[in-house]
Amino acid sequence: MESIVCIKQVPDTSEVKIDPVTNTLIRHGVPSIINPFDKNALEAAVQLKEIHGGTVTVLTMGPPQAVEALRECLSLGADKAYLVSDRAFSGADTLATSYTLAAAIRRIGKFDLIFCGKQAIDGDTAQVGPEIAEFLDVPQVTFVSKILVKQDNIQVEKEQDDGYEVIEVELPALLAVVKSINIPRYPSIKSKMAARKVEIETITAEDLDIDNGRLGLGGSATQVKKIFSPKKRSSGTMIQLDNDKEAALELFERILENSVFSM
Amino acid sequence: MDFLLTEVQMELMEMVKDFGEKEIDPIALEYDHKGEFPIKIYKKAFEMGLHTLEYPEKFGGSGVNAVTATVVNEELGKHDAGFATSVSAVGLAAKPVLIAGTDNQKKLFADLTIHGAFAAFCLTEPNAGSDAGSVKTTAKKVGNEYILNGRKCFITNGGVSNVYTVIATTDSSKGVKGLSAFLVERDREGVSVGKEEDKMGIRLSNTTDVIFEDVRIPETHLLGNEGDGFKIAMVTLDYSRPNVAACSVGICQAAIDHCVKYAKERTTFGKPIATLQAIQFMLADMEISTETARQYTRYAASLVDAKKPVSKAAAIAKCFAGDAAMKVSTDAVQILAGYGYSREYPVEKLMRDAKIFQIFEGTNQIQRLVIAGQMLR
Repeated sequence: MESIVCIKQVPDTSEVKIDPVTNTLIRHGVPSIINPFDKNALEAAVQLKEIHGGTVTVLTMGPPQAVEALRECLSLGADKAYLVSDRAFSGADTLATSYTLAAAIRRIGKFDLIFCGKQAIDGDTAQVGPEIAEFLDVPQVTFVSKILVKQDNIQVEKEQDDGYEVIEVELPALLAVVKSINIPRYPSIKSKMAARKVEIETITAEDLDIDNGRLGLGGSATQVKKIFSPKKRSSGTMIQLDNDKEAALELFERILENSVFSM
Repeated sequence: MDFLLTEVQMELMEMVKDFGEKEIDPIALEYDHKGEFPIKIYKKAFEMGLHTLEYPEKFGGSGVNAVTATVVNEELGKHDAGFATSVSAVGLAAKPVLIAGTDNQKKLFADLTIHGAFAAFCLTEPNAGSDAGSVKTTAKKVGNEYILNGRKCFITNGGVSNVYTVIATTDSSKGVKGLSAFLVERDREGVSVGKEEDKMGIRLSNTTDVIFEDVRIPETHLLGNEGDGFKIAMVTLDYSRPNVAACSVGICQAAIDHCVKYAKERTTFGKPIATLQAIQFMLADMEISTETARQYTRYAASLVDAKKPVSKAAAIAKCFAGDAAMKVSTDAVQILAGYGYSREYPVEKLMRDAKIFQIFEGTNQIQRLVIAGQMLR
């Protein structure tokens, strides 16, 4: 099983602070981590490797310091790592990012599965994975919570609000995984040491067979106009009584008290 | 000697910090109150290779040096000193094998522990604590076997280990010169575990009696030669004391972290108590003790790495850091006052955990004897 895992280095905070003047994210002083869902994606790939053999290659597009995230992936079971980095890629939206990553994956070569996290915790778009699949013209399943390797295809469970779908997929394919698929392992002292010795190759725009007009900010179909924090809303009140009728009356009283309707 | 940590050491410290925050912190207080043993979390630590830090890579260990081991043990100790004690006690049990064992013995010990199991060093007996020379456990040579009889007490990991390194007398007429060291597997007939201690602190660790009744082991389980046991035990303790000291430093740092946070948040007379000089002086004294203990601990470990005489430095590190942990954690309770004394908050646990660091692996009175002995030679 040849797997490629796409990861993203993100700021370590669920509450990203925004500069009110420039409307950009304040990244200063916020440590970077591997996007948590991407860690699940890596763990899923490594577990498949441990059972079925093959290699796990990890890939990220980002600035030079994203190499730290790749190094961590190597300590968590990845065999090879590529950093896709070039000034020409900066400012890319999901379309330009997935275009670039798809080109990088073609260059890396043959694969059976591409793994992604369901979304990144900074942008929360959940678009890059599906778009990569489209550019590479391979089937995709998102919200994957279980993977079963069969004779000539794979069977996955796709998480839904009220259960899951069981889907059979031809290989090669792309899977975007959810948190519940596994618990990512910790690195060991030995795997940390070994990861330091692996050479990480950088892929630049020059290395790829691409249309330069589709890269970075210039190649992006969408532009961020403004980022803002939504106003905090207070949480609702739950009326819980033993008897439904009493609860309905209580609700009615509250509606009247708070003058929700003018009567 | 370089006073700064290497990139690798900092990376490993971060790794253990992440593990401690995610796995140990959420459960430490609950397991402390119940006095239970969090075996699943120990297994995770074993998968990371934290129990075989200094065991050579050649035999499957993590193969880090002594200074790096203190960095890891300090970070573990910061999250829970009992957890750190049980994990590093595997390393303690390994030391007699690494000091005096053959490659076959090293391989045997590795096979029993590296995959993820505990080990214990069995020296202390009901009537042989500080005077290790009074060991009464006997090992009698019969043919090509030794037969062990005796009772060991206060053994860290006693009840959970796969293998023991045991100090026993092969010739009681010779006193300390009649002591020898052995490898004994847990599943040998006649090996049993006595009562588990209900301890004041380090309650996430397991401490029991270990009993040997006509336990037959092959002569190939003798570590070194007959009569080497006392020397092996003393070198073992010399080498392990920096790790014990590191764990004490971890307690100190945990206490400081709680206090700094609390002092900034807690207001009295309209302002945070951190603005009061009385609190600032206490915090500064805690920091002075902790930083000094930390640096000296790493210095003692660097002597181990440099293969220099380490007895005095190891004793100073263990003694100073153990006393610092007691003082700093007591002051932490004082700073948090009522909340410090409450079992709902973590600092009273630090104070209970700290006390053992003045007692085990040689009481701090014994450390002072070692230090003075070296001075007066």
